[in-house]
Amino acid sequence: MGMTTLKSKAQKHGDSCKVTGFPDKLGHFGRFGGKFVPETIMPALDQLEKAYLEAKNDPAFNTELEYYLREYVGRPSTLYYAERLTKKLGGAKIYLKREDLNHTGAHKINNTIGQILLAIRMGKKRIIAETGAGQHGVATATAAAMFGIECDVYMGEEDMRRQALNVFRMKLLGTRVIPVTSGSKTLKDATNEAFRDWMASVRNTHYILGSVVGPHPYPMMVRDFQLVIGREVKKQILEKENRLPDYLIACVGGGSNSMGLFHPFIEDKEVNMIGVEAGGIGTGIGQHASTLTSGKVGILHGSASYVLQDDDGQTLPVHSISAGLDYPGVGPEHSYLKDIGRAKYVSIIDDEAVNAFQECARMEGIIPALEASHAIAYTMKFAPTLGKDKIIVICLSGSGDKDSFEVAKKLGYKI
Amino acid sequence: MNRIDKKFCDLKSKKKPAFIPFITAGDPDLQTTKALILEFEKRGADIIELGIPFSDPIADGPIIQASYYRTLVRGIKVAQILDMVSELRAVSEIPIVSMVSYSTVFKGGCQAFIEKACKAGLDGLTIPDMPVEENNDIFEAAKKKDFKVVCFVAPTTTDERMSLITQKSEGFLYYISVVGITGIRDKLPDDIVQNINKLKQMTSTPIAVGFGVSTPGHAKLIGKVADGVIVGSAIIKEIEKHTNEPSEKLVNKVGEFVGQLIEGAKGSIDV
Repeated sequence: MGMTTLKSKAQKHGDSCKVTGFPDKLGHFGRFGGKFVPETIMPALDQLEKAYLEAKNDPAFNTELEYYLREYVGRPSTLYYAERLTKKLGGAKIYLKREDLNHTGAHKINNTIGQILLAIRMGKKRIIAETGAGQHGVATATAAAMFGIECDVYMGEEDMRRQALNVFRMKLLGTRVIPVTSGSKTLKDATNEAFRDWMASVRNTHYILGSVVGPHPYPMMVRDFQLVIGREVKKQILEKENRLPDYLIACVGGGSNSMGLFHPFIEDKEVNMIGVEAGGIGTGIGQHASTLTSGKVGILHGSASYVLQDDDGQTLPVHSISAGLDYPGVGPEHSYLKDIGRAKYVSIIDDEAVNAFQECARMEGIIPALEASHAIAYTMKFAPTLGKDKIIVICLSGSGDKDSFEVAKKLGYKI
Repeated sequence: MNRIDKKFCDLKSKKKPAFIPFITAGDPDLQTTKALILEFEKRGADIIELGIPFSDPIADGPIIQASYYRTLVRGIKVAQILDMVSELRAVSEIPIVSMVSYSTVFKGGCQAFIEKACKAGLDGLTIPDMPVEENNDIFEAAKKKDFKVVCFVAPTTTDERMSLITQKSEGFLYYISVVGITGIRDKLPDDIVQNINKLKQMTSTPIAVGFGVSTPGHAKLIGKVADGVIVGSAIIKEIEKHTNEPSEKLVNKVGEFVGQLIEGAKGSIDV
């Protein structure tokens, strides 16, 4: 789609003709975003926004962040040409952005290092977080251990069962993992519980939200901490191919790895963006987590966005084999990109993701996270339809080690 | 005149605080909710705060969460709750303000929601997850109908925000007594009287206090300084305790409990 159409679509949202520069002062991305939280935590969001904007413009903060990303996380992560996969599929050239090679095995740590530095700057003595697959929980626990800060992570009981290894890792790192037994006992409920904790602890505690969701300034701030993914890709692909990619493909749960990859390319109109959601086991209620592809606009966890909910605004149950995508909401900026047509969103079912998980392991010697397997699965369908002169970059958002037990069970192996 | 304004006018002349019990609409069923409201009115409650169940209430503790959950599991819809309020209006003029998530208000369209709520006989809304700066449409739509949007002030609220909120809130102002979620507490914060007095100096709108107010003793303490006393979780706990008993017995038992809270709030007993 050309930029002119894009701009006219953006205007429909009451914005000046731009596709970047969001959000506005109240955290709106067009009709999405905002701050829908109880008054008790409103002042903390104001404080966080102010501290973040100051830090963002402070060279000392950025130098420190870059130091830890380089020396501790191991950035930049490589952009790897998946040669065998490319040849087998017989179409576009496929590159994998190896976020699985980061310390702790996923992109989540880019954000937790940034936010913990901010928490220290604000003088907060304690950290809380929610986690689904456990990757954000581990990344938070890791940062908290490294900086010596007390940390509590909320995790749904069902997710604790699915991701027992990550629960143990968090405990090893000195974090208290608090089981959440309310509602569906998954990521949505862990997020509720983290907010409830924050309602009472807001004066001395910083809440490290793990995705580009929640009330302003989280969608903006988490995006900014994840921009490093897309910025590195841009530099790396120019070095390797001397041009920008034709397609960026990434999985979308809350949408932080995809937003981190997409955002630096938003004004490069020749680059197409495809977000891949969890199609679960079907299209019925409670069978999938395809928020953008089948949800409607509503409010969840502090912002307006596409949501899976009923006509009274009650959140509907969701399902995905991947605990990290098992969420009924999505970041407001993704909703905006969908509405203006800048990004396209598709859905991949559990079986396709599990197949891609195995295929990537066999063809490339890389075991991808089930979340990222959704992006690979879509690419396996899509790449063969493109010419060999086209380039796809997939965000391989995390390692699949954590998923080995779940996939083994699904495939009928006993470990 | 809106029923809430009228009630606070009457109470002001009598120099008594309002007692405002909170119950979940439909817990254990809508007919019992209706019977409970009438029972509370008979025992001297002034305003009812009617909770519309929500799947993800982040300001609520385990007791109200559980109440919402068991009600939603039974498949209750907002339209049924509003029908119950309409039925109630045939026999009662007690002011009713509904506690509802912004998710629910937003879903059907804010203006449409207010029109429906007004038509059913509700007098106002409290929307715990909608900050005052977010939605002017709601305030304007409400004003046209003389419908009250009650806003919240928390102990963490800055002075700057406090003046914004006091300007917006209508009917009354909801002061959240504690930094935290709803629930039963043994003790109210030490600075509560001081905080209420500070807020009183900023506005002439009546101030009602809730979150953590659990016993007749708490009600008495709050009733002395504030214009209204709100009790939620303690009443819901009482409903939960009698939930397997016949509706009449439940209504009577919970009514007795609320009666004691009312006596506490009005200062007519020693606690």
